[in-house]
Amino acid sequence: MSEKHSHVHVTPLWVYLAVGGALLVLTGITVAASFVDFTALFGIGSLNFAVAMIIATIKATLVALFFMHLYSDSKFYSLTLLAGIACLMIFIVITLLDTNYRGEIYEIEKGPIEPKAKIYRSAE
Amino acid sequence: MSTQFHVAHHFTDAEQQRESAKLGMWLFLLTEILLFGGVFVAYAVYRVWNPEMFINAHKALDVSLGTINTAVLIISSLTVALGIREIQLGRAKTSWKYLLVTILLACVFLVIKYFEYAHKFHEGQLPGKFYTYEGIVGTNPHVFFSIYFLLTGIHAFHILIGISLLTWVMIRTMKGHFSSEYYTPVEITGLYWHLVDLIWIFLFPLLYLIG
Repeated sequence: MSEKHSHVHVTPLWVYLAVGGALLVLTGITVAASFVDFTALFGIGSLNFAVAMIIATIKATLVALFFMHLYSDSKFYSLTLLAGIACLMIFIVITLLDTNYRGEIYEIEKGPIEPKAKIYRSAE
Repeated sequence: MSTQFHVAHHFTDAEQQRESAKLGMWLFLLTEILLFGGVFVAYAVYRVWNPEMFINAHKALDVSLGTINTAVLIISSLTVALGIREIQLGRAKTSWKYLLVTILLACVFLVIKYFEYAHKFHEGQLPGKFYTYEGIVGTNPHVFFSIYFLLTGIHAFHILIGISLLTWVMIRTMKGHFSSEYYTPVEITGLYWHLVDLIWIFLFPLLYLIG
């Protein structure tokens, strides 16, 4: 039992402070970037959305690796998180494949299944 | 100071018990990602159907309040991580102070959220049939606010649960229940708190910064 703590890794203080600082700086960058119209600047559609999501993913990775200790912990926990993200991606992609391309297979316009539903009435 | 704890009979040793508790928490966090995932999917579907409306409707949200709240949550994530570091080093007397700061920051987040909600209630920027605001151009602007209130509402509910859990582990830390030998409840509460922060990291650009 003498090596009971061999797996517990205490992250140095500077790592926490550096990650916290990086997260705050990235927050500033993502807010600043939202005021720049990248889509018009480079002529690529949805570029602003891509920039915002890339920055958010970098921030989330920093939180998961260092605050949640995935960097030093057993890789099994990382696998659990990645499995959750994979399920979410399948959920989003398969749903959008339906809702965005419905009209190209069947003789219907893409849009809500029940456009006359009560929830849409107030807006008309 | 009592640092005694039980190793349940079905575990080989304390290390295995600790790892099992953490794996259980990670599996719970996986289900949390999918809980929020449902609303993220609704967001994706309706944003693709109503791109103009989403861009017009998101201007009703206050970017500066959203940014302040993002910073508050990031700092609270940092303080809970530092609190766990203190207890890993066996310093319970400084650990609970970090947890207290985390709880206070969580309260600041909720107060700011309250002012945002109050403003939207006042303007009638509400979900579904309660929507009465008339300043947004585009189809079905009430759908944006349905998704906004669902995402931020479920998130705020998680903050409330987080405050309760943090208070519980803070009191137990003050009472000396934890040491560098045993601090699993502090650690997995920390994991939960980081996930709440992680979800907000995506909510913030998706709701406040689109366009």
